[in-house]
Amino acid sequence: MTKQMTMMNPISELCPALTCREFVELVTDYLEDGLTLTDRTCFEAHLALCEGCQLYLDQMQQTIKAVGKLNEEAIPVAGKAQLLACFRDWKGALLGAP
Amino acid sequence: MELSGAQMSHLEPSGAATNRESITDIPILTHVQIQELALVVALRRGDEAAFLSLIEQFHAMMIRVARTYVSTYEVAEEVVQETWLGVLRGLDRFEHRSSLKTWVFHILTNRAKSRAQREDRYVTFSDVLYVQSDESAVDPDCFEPDGWWKFHPDHWGSRVEEHVLGQEMRAWIEQAVQTLPPDQATVITLRDMEGWTATEVCAVLAVSEENQRVLLHRARAKVRTRLNSYFEPKAQ
Repeated sequence: MTKQMTMMNPISELCPALTCREFVELVTDYLEDGLTLTDRTCFEAHLALCEGCQLYLDQMQQTIKAVGKLNEEAIPVAGKAQLLACFRDWKGALLGAP
Repeated sequence: MELSGAQMSHLEPSGAATNRESITDIPILTHVQIQELALVVALRRGDEAAFLSLIEQFHAMMIRVARTYVSTYEVAEEVVQETWLGVLRGLDRFEHRSSLKTWVFHILTNRAKSRAQREDRYVTFSDVLYVQSDESAVDPDCFEPDGWWKFHPDHWGSRVEEHVLGQEMRAWIEQAVQTLPPDQATVITLRDMEGWTATEVCAVLAVSEENQRVLLHRARAKVRTRLNSYFEPKAQ
């Protein structure tokens, strides 16, 4: 977004302070639905006009999705036999209890 | 009075309806809670299959979360083993006030924390928030002095999607998460990697919604920066 564009945008009069630098700090609040209605409106008004911030938001959403892919890796359970032995001991104590 | 088979089957639907009405007096449990209840009962009975299924369900998640506290994978494995023993010891006292998952991970994070303290690696959440309160999501050099982009962020398109299943990018992202401050790594692991809700994360880590969001924001912003640099050397 350029300064000229903001000046021509009537909504920007309501939210004169929201710059790109401020926008990037609101992205998580926005995605978590944690913005007030006014802040949300300012955020979306800025987003609609600013290609740089559209790209930034897209990168953040892609980052979240990419991190979400990392849980697909299976991790072998080390010491499963040992854990089962502990479970049997525990069970023994449990059943042996009066 | 004896009923014939035909009469019996005729009565069944209305009998079921009566049951359903009486169920509404009982607090409604979600499907997950009912499964959990059944699992806890089975565990208390000493059902090995139930114990194994619980391990299978949580193990990988536990290792990934423990790893955000301690320095190596091996130590994370030890923490998880200790946690299972703690779970067995505490099972009789588990009261369904929290979900089984929250309870198990509460034990896990406590063990991991004391392990991290012994490794001299642990910082409390509030310390970190205070120290890093002026941290910004994007390098300030990317902006003009008046706060507009100096140059736009790159257009990723479908590049991440295409690479994310490859070992190289996975390792890259994993490392990005591992090098975050421990509290940020824990929050992004639970939220974005394991898909927990904000409420669950706040319950296990005993942080406010607000702090949880700040930690998540910083973590995501850093991983984004790292991910962006993944493409840079190749963009000739």
